[in-house]
Amino acid sequence: MNSEKRGPGFYVLTAFFVLFVLFLYGPLTTIFILSFQGPNGGLTFPMNGTSLRWFENLLFEQQAVGDFGGAFSRSLVLGIMTMVATVVVALLAGLAFRRRFLGSGPLFYLTIASLIVPSILISLGIGLAFQVFGLEPAWYSSAFGAHLTWTLPFGLLIMFAVFNRFNPAYEEAARDLGATPWQTFAHVVLPIILPSLIGVGLFGFTLSYDEFARTLMTSGTFNTLPLEIYGMTTNVTTPVLYALGTVTTVFSMAIILIALAAIAVLRMRRARRIAG
Amino acid sequence: MRVHSRASVANRRVVEPMSKAADIELIDVTKRYGAALAVDHVSLRIPAGTYCCLLGPSGCGKSTTLRMIAGHESISEGDIRLGPTVVTDLPPARRGTAMMFQSYALFPHLDIVDNVAFSLKMKGAEKTARRARAMEMLKLVHMDHLAERRPAQLSGGQQQRVALARALITDPQVLLLDEPLSALDPFLKIKVRQELKRLQLQLGISFIHVTHSQEEAMALSDLVVVMNAGRIEQAATPREVFNRPSTAFVARFMGDHNVIAGRVTSVDDGTVKFEVPGGSSFAAPAEGRALEPGEPVEIAVRTDRVRVADAVLPGCGLTGLVQNIEYHGQKVQVALAAPGVDEFSVQVPEASFFDAPLAIGDAVPLAWTPQDVHLLAASPAA
Repeated sequence: MNSEKRGPGFYVLTAFFVLFVLFLYGPLTTIFILSFQGPNGGLTFPMNGTSLRWFENLLFEQQAVGDFGGAFSRSLVLGIMTMVATVVVALLAGLAFRRRFLGSGPLFYLTIASLIVPSILISLGIGLAFQVFGLEPAWYSSAFGAHLTWTLPFGLLIMFAVFNRFNPAYEEAARDLGATPWQTFAHVVLPIILPSLIGVGLFGFTLSYDEFARTLMTSGTFNTLPLEIYGMTTNVTTPVLYALGTVTTVFSMAIILIALAAIAVLRMRRARRIAG
Repeated sequence: MRVHSRASVANRRVVEPMSKAADIELIDVTKRYGAALAVDHVSLRIPAGTYCCLLGPSGCGKSTTLRMIAGHESISEGDIRLGPTVVTDLPPARRGTAMMFQSYALFPHLDIVDNVAFSLKMKGAEKTARRARAMEMLKLVHMDHLAERRPAQLSGGQQQRVALARALITDPQVLLLDEPLSALDPFLKIKVRQELKRLQLQLGISFIHVTHSQEEAMALSDLVVVMNAGRIEQAATPREVFNRPSTAFVARFMGDHNVIAGRVTSVDDGTVKFEVPGGSSFAAPAEGRALEPGEPVEIAVRTDRVRVADAVLPGCGLTGLVQNIEYHGQKVQVALAAPGVDEFSVQVPEASFFDAPLAIGDAVPLAWTPQDVHLLAASPAA
């Protein structure tokens, strides 16, 4: 196990891993480079000079096809709505499922079933249902619901795992020390599972932010970002498409970096408090 | 008054027992889980200021009994009284009990001082006041220097002391400890149990301590309650339980006893004579018990009182075949087989064993005196 010399397997796996990384980041890098295409450049290499022309075009000018700003803000708001609803409902459902209640088994399987049904069918079904009831589908109503059919079961499964590992002695100890049920929840249960809840939230946001199939038939008049990008890929013929790719990727990475930085700062603060 | 006595406890100079210690009484307490009976009509009185151990194998109902006293388990039938109050239906925090959990259940997201101050925070005490009280409690258990740490940064023994401080800050009349030493290594166990005993004497309140270790129970208790299958087999001082185990279960569980079971052949002159299935017969003092010939009877013989020698008195000896020899340091434990007797062990002092060593397969005569024999009663769980 601790042999000093590396076997041939190491090199094979390293080569495989390098290929994997290239495969993963190669296209992304291509788009990143091409987004700095010169004003007269096209959609492919070679680069015809470099400029920020396409970012300018994306952010400050009206597009012939595609409303990037609107789609982005809709996706952002929808992602946050989905995140909040997922965290709240998954937490409450997770708490409820800690005890057996009448119909808890069938309810659980019904919930999980929506993970198995193809996304596009759910999307179609919700879109149809809205039409049948004479409702106008929109990203904040029908698409919001469609996203929840995806994020809620995931959130619930995560909460199951969380509460399976949760030691009920913490709650008994709190009760023993005079905490009311609400105090037990607020001062003991919630803080202990908070990191997992943040995870559920981020998960819900990401699933919603890049959801395509479930939005396709439910978004109504206005597109979310994934739909808009897809529309643009078939219609736009300038490198503004690449600028869009770069901006959205940078946005996602920024969120990840902010989350990691926040965790690091919290850790450091805690460590300092212990040392001090 | 209370503040004063707490301060002196914290200074560890003058020790005044707190005057609020109370008797605890279980009256016909039963716990059912569906059809299963976990605790079966248990009655017990624990006087104020007692160190009481609930002792028994796993599944005997000792933890359930403790949790019913604490209020973490509902009582199916019967009542629990603490001092003059019936606490059967009171929530845990209003009973005057405090519980220390098996894994300590320290809140991982709070530092030590906030863990200890938790109950005061729940009552709405102001931050500096509750932290000051918590620091006093931490001083009592010598943990004040680690007040800023988180539970995960403490050793098992340190966590145990913090859990103790957190329970004691509620000013309980009875402290309930659920296997408090089971997570500690053997050396620490002995050290911590001395601290527990010292603390109990200092505070003057009752400690009820659940354990499956007879050694722990004997070392700590004023009152040992041996439980089996949801019932109390015996509740007495450690010395009484060890010297006069009331049932075969207690004798076997406490260890260092041989149990011989047979049927009575005759009773006269205060001596019971009985026969085991193999045909050998034994005698034991009747101890005032009325036994009829043919009745089943069990006796206990202390393993350290049996000598390797020819029997002097009829019915106070047997011949066994050596099956196993274990060296224990001060003593050598010899296990023997004899017809009609399940297991029979003898503890031979080290020096006398090596003066005349035995080997596996030897046939050895064993003898004891009537004073070393104790007549056992039928188990209430049977």
